[in-house]
Amino acid sequence: MSKPTIEDISNSLKEKFGENVISESKEYDFTVYTIKKESLFEIVKFLFEDSDFQFRYLTTMCGLHYPDAPLPFGMMYQLHSLTNNIRIRFKAFTTKDDLEYASLTTIFSGANWMEREAYDFFGFRFKGHPNLKRILNVEDMDYFPMRKEYKVEDETRTDKDDTMFGRLGNSKVKV
Amino acid sequence: MELTTEIKDKHYTTLNLGPTHPATHGIFQNVLKMDGEIIVDSESTIGYIHRAFEKLGEHKPFYQYTTMTDRMNYCSSPINNMGWHMTVEKLIKCELPKRVEYMRIIIMELARISDHLICNSVIGVDTGAMTGFLYIFQWREFIYEIYEEICGARLTTNIGRIGGFERDFNETAWRKIRSFVKEYPKGLKEFEKLLVRNRIFMDRTIGTGPISAERALNYSFSGPNLRAAGVDYDVRVMNPYSSYQDFEFQIPVGTNGDTYDRFMVREQEMWESLGIIQQALDKLDKLEDKTTFHADVPDFYLPPKEEVYNDMEALIYHFKIVMGETDVPKGEVYHCVEGGNGELGFYLISDGGRQPYRLHLRRPCFIYYQAYPEMIRGGMLSDAILTMSSMNVIAGELDA
Repeated sequence: MSKPTIEDISNSLKEKFGENVISESKEYDFTVYTIKKESLFEIVKFLFEDSDFQFRYLTTMCGLHYPDAPLPFGMMYQLHSLTNNIRIRFKAFTTKDDLEYASLTTIFSGANWMEREAYDFFGFRFKGHPNLKRILNVEDMDYFPMRKEYKVEDETRTDKDDTMFGRLGNSKVKV
Repeated sequence: MELTTEIKDKHYTTLNLGPTHPATHGIFQNVLKMDGEIIVDSESTIGYIHRAFEKLGEHKPFYQYTTMTDRMNYCSSPINNMGWHMTVEKLIKCELPKRVEYMRIIIMELARISDHLICNSVIGVDTGAMTGFLYIFQWREFIYEIYEEICGARLTTNIGRIGGFERDFNETAWRKIRSFVKEYPKGLKEFEKLLVRNRIFMDRTIGTGPISAERALNYSFSGPNLRAAGVDYDVRVMNPYSSYQDFEFQIPVGTNGDTYDRFMVREQEMWESLGIIQQALDKLDKLEDKTTFHADVPDFYLPPKEEVYNDMEALIYHFKIVMGETDVPKGEVYHCVEGGNGELGFYLISDGGRQPYRLHLRRPCFIYYQAYPEMIRGGMLSDAILTMSSMNVIAGELDA
């Protein structure tokens, strides 16, 4: 069989997981699939084990937070098939009350620290993770600093006033 | 007195290696469980120099973030700078002239050489061979002098701008680059003579801290550490950026993934980098264009100062860029470059605002350092030190 293309992957994902693949889009050179978070583990496992696709390399993962969206929290995963040189991205969004994702540590050993990082900064919990605790921040920290409600600068400061300059960036995001 | 032959309750020693330890070249803590001198288990604690780079990214306009990237892998900061510029250029769909891309390649390969140089000579130091380290430092100094000619800084370079370079390389810079390509092989050969077939060095490094190709891939290794295990994954070849597809070079791979292989892969890569720099110089000579040093992107590239003072339009652009008033497309990009340690990726989400909405950094060190306990298990303490230095774990990149 010739090398699979991104269409083959999309078709077989839709065929196999149907409803669970919510949408597919193209972001610059990447194909992005938005999926239901319950099916995340199964999809990654399928792509990992499939003898044609061989997505055996977990490039990276990270948390996302869009406070105004109906599903404000999300995880982004990037897989790379080294044999076919295809990179794809998954996103799975969820509500604030349900931050539990399946851990990928049983498929990728490298997911261990990446998931700990996502927990540390966003508060996602990963079911099946062997050692889910904070990694870069101090252990007794009681909030998740990468969430949008935490500003970089101390809000009590009055000596810095940006209102006259610059457009409203995301630092003005309402929570 | 009667000696018992059987030890009933086995006791292990707990040893704190770090956070500050002269042999770890940075702030790493490893709590080792030792059976005599053999490591039974270990746990790494990281984050001692965490500076919230991802959060800071959400606060800084695009052009101001370059200085943060300097402070990740500070042994090869130009590669990080270029990686960041290229990410933003990808977002704003900016095409660069060939001359700029070749100039970037020269800088990136010089940075790769200085990165590998430090890593390899430090492996020497950790085996007790100080000489190589001391001699090779004059070459790193030489590379830093080239940086200095180009951007005025040495370690945290902040080289280049979105769209190209801040200024053209001057005559001295070109002369120094050419003389580096000519002179450096002598120094590198001398260094190799000290270590490559040195019996003591080989005994210390062959077989220490090994990892198989399968495990390395599973751990998402990249860069020289992955290639030492025998996987020929190099971003420069897989997803060429900055015109790497125009160049001829080999990807050296190892077989055992041990300290010696990592050393040799880096050693070989330095020769390849030299070849790439030479090719880039030749290509630049053949190019008709001898003056362009940035793309034509007035929305992002600051106009020359004399124009800002004398010309209305230039002043407007200057103001717009500095105040972050330029329109940036909405969207998300991922761009990766082959850094000194492997795939250095920038995942950038833009909401059209003046700074990134979300910035995630794929730092190769952070990802492969988690395999460290597995790699040193069953080995001696002194080998653990060697394994760490041969993995080239840079605290700045690890903790970001």
